[in-house]
Amino acid sequence: MWLNVVWYVLFMVIVGGYLILDGFDLGVGILHPFVAKTDTERRIVLNSIGPVWDGNEVWLVLAGGALFAVFPFVYAALFSGFYLAFMLVLLCLILRPVAIEFRSQRPDPRWRATWDWVFFGASAGLALLLGTALGDILSGVPLDAQGNITVSLIDLLRPYPLLIGVTTIAMFTMHGGLYLALKTEGALQARITGWLPRLMLAFFALNTFVVIATVALRRQVTDRYLTQYWPVIFPAAALGALILSASMLSQRRYLEAFAASAGVIALLIVSVAVGLYPNLLLSTISPSYNLTAFNAASEANTLAVTLIIAAIGIPLVLLYTSGVYYFFKGKVHLERESY
Amino acid sequence: MNPEVLSRLQFALTVSFHYIYPPISMGLGIMLVIFGVLYVRTKEQKWRELSFYWLKIYSLVFALGIATGVVQEFEFGMNWSTYSRFVGNIFGSLLAAEGVFAFFLEGGFLGLMLFGGSRLGPRLWLAATAIVVFGAHFSALWIVMANSWMQTPAGYTLQQTPNGQIAVMQSFAAVVFTPSFGARIFHIFVSAWMVGSSLVLSVSAWHLLRKRHEELAKSAIRVALPVFAVLAFLQVFVFGSWMALVVTHYQPTKLAGMEGLWQTTTCAPLYLVGWVNQSTQTTTGIAVPCLLSFLAYGNLNAPVTGLDAFPSDMWPPLQLAFQAYHAMIDLGMVFILIGFIGAVYYFWGRRLFTTRWVLWLLVATIFFTELATLAGWWTAEFGRQPWIVWNLLKTQNAVSPTLSTTDVFLSLGIFVLMYAALFALFLYLLNGSIQRGPEPLEETEHPTPLPDTFREIFRKRPRTDIPAEVSV
Repeated sequence: MWLNVVWYVLFMVIVGGYLILDGFDLGVGILHPFVAKTDTERRIVLNSIGPVWDGNEVWLVLAGGALFAVFPFVYAALFSGFYLAFMLVLLCLILRPVAIEFRSQRPDPRWRATWDWVFFGASAGLALLLGTALGDILSGVPLDAQGNITVSLIDLLRPYPLLIGVTTIAMFTMHGGLYLALKTEGALQARITGWLPRLMLAFFALNTFVVIATVALRRQVTDRYLTQYWPVIFPAAALGALILSASMLSQRRYLEAFAASAGVIALLIVSVAVGLYPNLLLSTISPSYNLTAFNAASEANTLAVTLIIAAIGIPLVLLYTSGVYYFFKGKVHLERESY
Repeated sequence: MNPEVLSRLQFALTVSFHYIYPPISMGLGIMLVIFGVLYVRTKEQKWRELSFYWLKIYSLVFALGIATGVVQEFEFGMNWSTYSRFVGNIFGSLLAAEGVFAFFLEGGFLGLMLFGGSRLGPRLWLAATAIVVFGAHFSALWIVMANSWMQTPAGYTLQQTPNGQIAVMQSFAAVVFTPSFGARIFHIFVSAWMVGSSLVLSVSAWHLLRKRHEELAKSAIRVALPVFAVLAFLQVFVFGSWMALVVTHYQPTKLAGMEGLWQTTTCAPLYLVGWVNQSTQTTTGIAVPCLLSFLAYGNLNAPVTGLDAFPSDMWPPLQLAFQAYHAMIDLGMVFILIGFIGAVYYFWGRRLFTTRWVLWLLVATIFFTELATLAGWWTAEFGRQPWIVWNLLKTQNAVSPTLSTTDVFLSLGIFVLMYAALFALFLYLLNGSIQRGPEPLEETEHPTPLPDTFREIFRKRPRTDIPAEVSV
């Protein structure tokens, strides 16, 4: 049974890793048409994520793979139940790498402008969809006794999930903006840092709405918060990290500001996990149909094998990923192979 | 059109479109490693120019490989949720391992490979390239393990759950090394290397025909042609034959379907071209007598089990399996011929570089290698039908129960339109790169030497402080 608990935690760590790492890629994609005015500026912005976006996206692929291996019943129910929503996610996931790669292949300004907007749309769309999906998971889905979800796309796009979707856009935009402040200089950096306080405020306001809505609607996820109180420490710490990030930003300590914003994302995921545990999917039909870390998991043998795989693989990944970030540290300079 | 049929069509379309790119990531990757090694050893500028040139094409191919690859991981759950529950314990583990061990390696070092040329010394740049290429192969290894488990499942027990039957992992080693894995992985690596080397051959031959970048094109052909010629030979006589032996032994229904063999026959023929007549239960065409018996059992008179030994609802789609298989083996033999002609015209006073019809033949080769490698996958996957997991789960029972026809029709429509547009753009951009050709490099590109050892990257001092090292 401890394997199930460990994997629940590890799965949330992987999801958190994805949101922190690809979060700033998506934020950069959302921000770039607005903050970068010339082609050179656009290229600087794109090349700030150029060497790392692919590795960051792998965290999503790993989250999918881990869900398939460790909680196959959740994987099967979620992906088939959210069919058209995941189709839209795929659309964004296909267009993003294509846009960033195709853009630099021709100098024509119209060609480049087109792919810039595709990149923006795919980044914003992915942030919105992932946030909305999280909102749907928090509010529960019509999960039946056979472990299937039957729901239309329209039913997934209700106000509460969409609010979380929009909040996710704001969160990634803030996170991406802080990353760009770290990687750019001069007028471009000044423009970005000019935007950042407003982005932080927007995220703060939206996230406050999310908290109020979640508590007010007395969803299953708030039970632990409303009966035991101690979990409140996590959202409170997230708020603290946000304030820290704003304070670091005002002192022009961009690395610290970015790290604190990563902390905000991590603490919010912990807050969600604490509210959900041990559930992974909540049923609106009957709580007895909920899929949990225990009734939706693979057998112990698979959990052990995959845990060994993760224990060997993930430290290695962290090691060489940090090496790559270290190598590309500092402000972006364009080279002959740059996008 | 029900959701099942549409889901089959969609999976076939998306996986086939995806598989245009990974063989190039592996095969062209090997070519890049060879160019890199040659530059490090000889310091001749031409190898560096070739590296930069092919890297640009590699990056385009890689982007499409990533974009279309993630689709598969989603589709298992989206369209085949019953399958996903059934195999999650096993197939899911292999997919997760692929992510942890291989995708991160590729994704992490891709940046260093693509953007490292102006930041890293030649040896470290080569190392980054080699790691990405290794990652591409390692990724193929895991997914082929997963596919091989679907073809020849092992190391599992079946278990009943409230949500249906599932396969539970009993032995990881048995799951990973299923009987068809060894043959399949070599067959696939070799086919990918043939695709990569033939891409270099085709583009270089085109440049020679256009009388542009001739010296570089000749150098590239000198590397790619021997690789292609040797592999073409080995693929048919060693790796392909090995694969056929495995199919014969473990999936006799598939073999009978691939070959259109209706009755159990001694001295069974191997068709070169043919047509399967479902109504008359015959296969007509040009055949080599007894060759199938020889390939399957090493004995001209060995009996090969025909379709009559199996109930007809266990047969694969015969025409599809037969035509895909024969497209592959016929092309395989054509590749030996192309390699042979290339070698003869090369050694015959380097006539290869001026003989236009041979160059045109090389230009065409990439289309045939891509077709052959796709046909190989079609053979494997059509031939496995009606099973999604051999003898355990039928494809028709694996589909998601919640899908509506409209859902899948919509998604299929989106994929068709988007993939058509992406493929057109890919060909347009690839063609642009090919027509422009390699750009000459400036002689003294870097006034300051680039870091070329691990220590130079992670130390704070600039490289100029380091005492002159003994160069290799």
